[in-house]
Amino acid sequence: MDSDIIIRAEGLGKKYVIGHQAETERYLVLRDVLTRKAQGAWRKTADILRGRVIVSGHSFEEFWALKDVSFEVRRGEVLGIIGRNGAGKSTLLKILSRITEPSEGRVSIKGRVASLLEVGTGFHPELTGRENIYLNGAILGMTRAEIKRKFDEIVAFAEVERFLDTPVKRYSSGMHVRLAFAVAAHLEPEILVVDEVLAVGDVEFQKKCLGKMDEVAGHGRTVLFVSHNMQTLSALCSRGLVLSQGKAIADSSMEEAIAAYTVQVATQNSAAPHVLYDDSTGVKSISDSSVVRVEMLDHEMAPKIVLPSCGSVIFRIWIRSRSAIPQGSVILSIRTASGMTLAKFETNPRRIQPLKQAGDHYVDCCIDSLPLMPGQYFVSVGLAHYGVRLIDWKMDIGTMLVAEPSDLTIEMSGYPEGPLVIQHRWVNESAPQTQLAVGPGR
Amino acid sequence: MSENTLSARQHVLILEPGRAERHYWRDIWAYRELFAILAWRDVAVRYKQTVIGAAWAVIRPFLTTVVFTVVFSRLANLPSDGMAPYAIMVFAGMLPWFLFSTVLSEASGSLVGNANLIGKVYFPRIIIPSSSAVVALVDFAVNLAMLFVLMAWYGFPPTWRLALLPAFVVLAVLASLGPALFITALNVKYRDFRFIIPFIVQFGLYASPVGFSSAVVPSAWRFWYSLNPVVGVIDGFRWCLLGGESALYLPGFLLSLGVVALLFWLGVAYFRRTERSFADLI
Repeated sequence: MDSDIIIRAEGLGKKYVIGHQAETERYLVLRDVLTRKAQGAWRKTADILRGRVIVSGHSFEEFWALKDVSFEVRRGEVLGIIGRNGAGKSTLLKILSRITEPSEGRVSIKGRVASLLEVGTGFHPELTGRENIYLNGAILGMTRAEIKRKFDEIVAFAEVERFLDTPVKRYSSGMHVRLAFAVAAHLEPEILVVDEVLAVGDVEFQKKCLGKMDEVAGHGRTVLFVSHNMQTLSALCSRGLVLSQGKAIADSSMEEAIAAYTVQVATQNSAAPHVLYDDSTGVKSISDSSVVRVEMLDHEMAPKIVLPSCGSVIFRIWIRSRSAIPQGSVILSIRTASGMTLAKFETNPRRIQPLKQAGDHYVDCCIDSLPLMPGQYFVSVGLAHYGVRLIDWKMDIGTMLVAEPSDLTIEMSGYPEGPLVIQHRWVNESAPQTQLAVGPGR
Repeated sequence: MSENTLSARQHVLILEPGRAERHYWRDIWAYRELFAILAWRDVAVRYKQTVIGAAWAVIRPFLTTVVFTVVFSRLANLPSDGMAPYAIMVFAGMLPWFLFSTVLSEASGSLVGNANLIGKVYFPRIIIPSSSAVVALVDFAVNLAMLFVLMAWYGFPPTWRLALLPAFVVLAVLASLGPALFITALNVKYRDFRFIIPFIVQFGLYASPVGFSSAVVPSAWRFWYSLNPVVGVIDGFRWCLLGGESALYLPGFLLSLGVVALLFWLGVAYFRRTERSFADLI
């Protein structure tokens, strides 16, 4: 084995078994019910005694969250991992940080792995900032002496000097996040696993975090970084690994990886192109409430595939919820292929409450004029407790193709650039009565 | 493959399905600081938002002793062990009983209570239930101090056997950790197993010789009575604390010891077998 290779994964796979209830069957006879219950109880008891995982339901289905993934990471490399929700990123990180065990394959890891799967893990609201630094440090694998040595540095980084002896439950959410990240950032593992932590905090603090990660990588340590932010990824990572449905579809330079990801997002729904996302069978959704289907329609509710620039479109978002969430909201966001968010729309529970009742519902997001330049855009959807936290987030569920405007009064530049079309007019001093010229397109 | 030269320089960790943890116990030792800090957290949190704090650890055994002394000694006219005052005998039995029941209830809910840690960070999972047992030891220390006050009040001096008390404390902890590990592991998947605990605690208080001496059990039954592991623990505590007044019934004690060892082994074995899937289930 090359001594510079710090992680080597060979044929890694992780299988989950999902149970399905046989809903179509109706128990009519008490005897049937009793036999079934007895059989189930017997099977469960046997499984418990064998120490096996028991799956409830009548039929089982195997689901590979990760299948046959092999890669190598060298010392000092920053590997970016990209993929849509459910592609297997988190499962991969969980295996590497020993939280869960692979179902097949083998990984060899040289050195200490510290994972920042979620900052602030183990923070206790009743304890003070000082106490939580020690607690969190120990949980992340630091020794007491190590924490003591870095204590002042951590406090300075988090900017919480004045609140050190205040219980964390009185902290603002910003302070909470800063303190949590500060502890994690001062770990000195050989391998650092980071998952989406940069999504939190203000811009100033995010910059600080990026700097810290750069520094970590600069000291010859290895970083595995999962993010949806293509700009951050291409700025930080030297290599990219693209996962799709549990398989690695690209392992290359970051630019190529981003390109591969873009192609993959663009080509995933060829059968029904107006359906951006469909999981109405509910295999992937484990959470209580989630988006199960997203389709694009025109104003007559007919499928729409290509959207003309400045034309109208309706996004129909289907939600499945097992409980009522009156303060729940539905979110739709649009990003460029390079990962810049252009717009984010969210329902306001003061006006509509799409999750007011449990069950399957849909909401329509109607856009009368889509002010986007022709090109490819990524759509993400989610559910949230309005203004509090996300319940479900499905990143880049599909691509939306924007075509040339059908309305010929819209002017385009001879060489179009930038993602936005903003209705405008030119005024010429010498000819004040200038009429809107009919643009030639490109 | 030059893996040997590599591991000589730096520890290489291999992750494979079903790979038995070869360094299981050494791994736990490496995480001893986490054990200490989690135990400290549980203790700190327990007393942080209470008005009278440690007084709770005093009130409960005090009232129970009063009630049991009145009911079993005055009303039921049960004899004490030798010449020992009845209240002291009850208290000496209650010490291990409260230690046992607190460890059992704290440890069996601990994994589910720390679900966020288990899903996010690796460490030997057994640290969580065992560190939560430390809270019970703190309460125990308070109770033990109370017993000494009580003994001074009655003018009942301890003997040299008191020096053996730590061994019996360990025995009490082992007796409760065994079932607790089993139940907490089951509780990860089946939350209904936590309902067993209040039942064991309530029923066990009367099934175990807390309010009375185990000498009142008919001699034909005494050996089989010791199948309850707590019987051996309580007898041991009384033998230790009451000086020559409480005789240790050796065959029964050995049986209890065997049951404790068996339950502990079963608990640890089941816990080790299932702990790898905790993160997937919790």
